[in-house]
Amino acid sequence: MPIESSAQALVPQISIRNLNFYYGKAQALKGINLDIYKGKVTAFIGPSGCGKSTLLRTINRMYDLYPGQHAEGELLIDGENILHGNVDTIALRARVGMVFQKPTPFPMSIYENIAFGVRMHEKLNRSAMDDRIEWALTKAALWNEVKDKLKQPGTSLSGGQQQRLCIARGVAVKPQVLLLDEPTSALDPISTGRIEELIHELKSEFTIAIVTHNMQQAARVSDFTAYMYLGELVEFGKTDDIFVKPKDKRTEDYITGRMG
Amino acid sequence: MKLSTKRKAVNFFALSMSLAAMAFGLFWLFWILWMVLDLGVGALKPTLFTEMTPPPGEAGGLKNAIAGSLIMVGLAMLIATPLATLAGIYLAEYGQRSWLGKVTRFVNDILLSAPSIVIGLFVYAIYVAKAGKFSGMSGALALALLAIPVMVRTTENMLALVPNSLREAAFALGAPKWRVILMVTLRSAKSGIVTGILLSVARISGETAPLLFTALSNQFWSTNLSEPMASLPATIFKFAMSPFADWQQLAWAGVFIITLGVLILNIIARVMFRSSPQR
Ligand SMILES: Nc1ncnc2c1ncn2[C@@H]1O[C@H](COP(=O)(O)OP(=O)(O)O)[C@@H](O)[C@H]1O
Ligand SMILES: [Mg+2]
Repeated sequence: MPIESSAQALVPQISIRNLNFYYGKAQALKGINLDIYKGKVTAFIGPSGCGKSTLLRTINRMYDLYPGQHAEGELLIDGENILHGNVDTIALRARVGMVFQKPTPFPMSIYENIAFGVRMHEKLNRSAMDDRIEWALTKAALWNEVKDKLKQPGTSLSGGQQQRLCIARGVAVKPQVLLLDEPTSALDPISTGRIEELIHELKSEFTIAIVTHNMQQAARVSDFTAYMYLGELVEFGKTDDIFVKPKDKRTEDYITGRMG
Repeated sequence: MKLSTKRKAVNFFALSMSLAAMAFGLFWLFWILWMVLDLGVGALKPTLFTEMTPPPGEAGGLKNAIAGSLIMVGLAMLIATPLATLAGIYLAEYGQRSWLGKVTRFVNDILLSAPSIVIGLFVYAIYVAKAGKFSGMSGALALALLAIPVMVRTTENMLALVPNSLREAAFALGAPKWRVILMVTLRSAKSGIVTGILLSVARISGETAPLLFTALSNQFWSTNLSEPMASLPATIFKFAMSPFADWQQLAWAGVFIITLGVLILNIIARVMFRSSPQR
């Protein structure tokens, strides 16, 4: 069944219900309700400090690392509320990968950078691991550039290559969802273009949520767009609708550049 | 035009002042190094490494002192490195905010500034006095106690320099905390931590006071850790203070060997730290 055929065919991968998030006592997310659809790219836009990163970090429970931060409400992935205290965050992060703003290659070889995550969740023999690494690097459009230097340190790559290495690292674990937090904001236009192409390719296999401060990028890569402001979800809908006829005045102001 | 002349004058003044300050510091350093070279090189001979410390008036070397120093410093580092590294990891990765972490950090800072002679007396009281005799083991213990606080501090600081984004990236792949620390954080801080270890070796190789209370010295060849053990610093101390010219010669040779060793360790540490990929 082709997913594009009708609105009914949209399957929510992640359902967020009445989500509140707190840094200590400061509330950073207020009553968020939102569905992120399977096999679609959902862009999160909004002025900085509005809670976009916070929302992504809730989806993979990154906030668990910091005592004092907590979330309330429901965040359902395949029907399971992953905000529950007894959720296995290691298994969760195998299902929900994340790529950050700044490239973060680990201090090890290109090969080991990718094998690191895979080893956490699967026991592969040498040739299966080799295959997986080639597969992930191919997915991240990096294989041709690095296939002869897999033993070199990940830090020896250029910034754009490092970010694609990080995407490959996330993809290699075979998650269902990829969270991208401003993945191109530290990159030059050419690298940015490559990563945008990559997002197009990846959405056939992964559900993608991307934070971006670049309106054009949101319009180019996403199927759905969520506009956030001061911790609230102001508007959510098909990207085409949001950019052509936003319902909320605040969304319109932001998109047309009168704010933020 | 006028403004830029004034700026240049101020610049020239500041530059000359800082150069003068640097020259003042370097002057003493080079004087010390020159003296060590001048008197030390003259006293160097192959028998230093093959003969024992002699009685006054006889020919001899420093073989037992060099060996004793190597044994005690080596043993001290064997004790100190795992303990201090683990403590540093605990402070940086687990106990940043916990009260145990705070107390540990506080106690460590006190130990860090404790005079080495106090450490020597402490080991004397708890070990040497109980055992009833001076021993190489107690000397190694005293040196380890001196090295631990320095290494705890450097390990913690080096781990704290690792950006949190790197840890988060590893956690985001579903890695458990110990894997993140072992595979990512420690690796990133590796050259800094090793530098700290090398500098600790350099620091304790020249310590004299704590050894006088613990290992004492030994005129003969001995690798028995429960017997008094010779060391370079203690031998230098004894020989340099003596009125005998050939003992004084040997003391200078010992000073030269220690200075050279410490200098080499410092240079290795510097090069290692510089060539680390994270900086
Ligand atoms: N670690 C933190 N501790 C306290 N407040 C934070 C922390 N991180 C973010 N915030 C606050 O939460 C709000 C949302 O931040 P964030 O999600 O990073 O915004 P965005 O990604 O949209 O720029 C901001 O007001 C920010 O100041
Ligand atoms: Mg952000």
